[in-house]
Amino acid sequence: MFKTILHKIHPVSQTARTIHTTSCLNEVRLLCRLRVVDNSEIGKQAMAEGKPPRIICVYNKQRVGYIGDRVLVAIKGQKKKGILVGLKQTQNTKVPKFDSNNVALIDDSGAPLGTRIHAPIPTILRTILKERTHTKGADYTKLLSIATKFV
Amino acid sequence: MFLNVPQDEKRRKKWFQAVLRDNPKTKSNFFCCEDHFDFECSGRRKNPEEEGVAAPTEEGEASETVQERSGRCVRKPSLAEEYKQAYPEFLPDPNPKWRNSLREKLERMDMLKRRNQIDIPEFYVGSILAVTISDPHAQGKTNRFVGICIERKGCGLRAEFTLRNVVDHHGVEVRYELYDPTIQQIQVLRLEKRLDNKLFYLRDALPEYSTFPFDMEPEILPEGAPIPVNPIKVQLKKRPWLERWERQELQGVYKISKMINKKQKKNRILRREPWVKYDLMKEYRLTAGVIGWPAARRARAQYLYVKCSKAHERETEFKFVTCPNTLGSVGHAVRRAVA
Repeated sequence: MFKTILHKIHPVSQTARTIHTTSCLNEVRLLCRLRVVDNSEIGKQAMAEGKPPRIICVYNKQRVGYIGDRVLVAIKGQKKKGILVGLKQTQNTKVPKFDSNNVALIDDSGAPLGTRIHAPIPTILRTILKERTHTKGADYTKLLSIATKFV
Repeated sequence: MFLNVPQDEKRRKKWFQAVLRDNPKTKSNFFCCEDHFDFECSGRRKNPEEEGVAAPTEEGEASETVQERSGRCVRKPSLAEEYKQAYPEFLPDPNPKWRNSLREKLERMDMLKRRNQIDIPEFYVGSILAVTISDPHAQGKTNRFVGICIERKGCGLRAEFTLRNVVDHHGVEVRYELYDPTIQQIQVLRLEKRLDNKLFYLRDALPEYSTFPFDMEPEILPEGAPIPVNPIKVQLKKRPWLERWERQELQGVYKISKMINKKQKKNRILRREPWVKYDLMKEYRLTAGVIGWPAARRARAQYLYVKCSKAHERETEFKFVTCPNTLGSVGHAVRRAVA
């Protein structure tokens, strides 16, 4: 009886308490879905089938992917590496924020699997990828040369 | 717009004579408001030595006397209300906790200095801008972005605005600080307002509503024309949405009530600030206005109040007693009355 009276007095609070209302952070974490933006065969197939890749590892200490970070994704039953080239999360000023989390697939040496990236790429990625490129190690700057548009 | 009082001693003396003020001995910067000059009668820049120009550091009786004597400048009614809308970052922070008179003064000086360097035009949420920044990461060392302004926020030097565009079918948003020294140019391509103060719903709208070509030509409004309001109603995509747009009383969305189900419609009515009915201070706030509230916000408060009262009249079957944590002392009084 007490419950019904309470419900009459506070109809809003009764319904509101059960719902989680905090806005989401849009962070790129383990098992989150990404959108492949290059024209690699595997990426195109996965997106066409409606099975976008999932993150299974982010190669940094925070385990949250930021722009330019290397990630390991599960795509069509395979493990592929990729680079985050656009994020949904709130960015610093002058760094573009995208409507989707974009990834471009690469192989172990840093060479891209596709030949074109059909999405705008943030210019800050130039500096980030250059810093992360090691002499005799992985060369990520090849990714920049297949980009079509920088914002 | 503010004009710098010249540093040169002779000219400065004449300026101060013109405004019937004592010349201060300091070398500090003084500024003079635009409406003390009559640009129309003698071209863009007029020489204060020749014309009877009032150039006071603050507005006062000095300016009026000079204008009477010169007989040319007819002072318009105060432009303060207009500038409130055009340059909202000069307004003090609405939250009194974050105010500090010294910091605000320093910030204002820095803002004016920056405005002497580049032209920061008047623009509104809904205007289409092109921003050129010097970008060390870009190949040509400059980066230009075109988009619709979906948000303006922050006061003083921290004022920010966000541009949105759809590039190659990907929605892109860039946030800029208005007084960022790396900004080279801010160009207004289309000066207009929209029906809402924030256009975040464009993220959930069809992409054609936020697609703007990068080679857009600037459209020039005729002199003295009021800022046009674009009455466009945006078609949203199907749910799920990023936010509960139906609860935000949006004006610029096309038939939102057709896109939500029964339960959402009910909750929408319940969430319509039902405490307004019991708000003892609302009359005062609507008539006197809260210090620091921008006109747009006051208008919105008034709009919400009218909306709510209409909703109350319509849906009398709902009992409007609010959530305890959203209410202050008024709420307690109401609850006591109900019990």
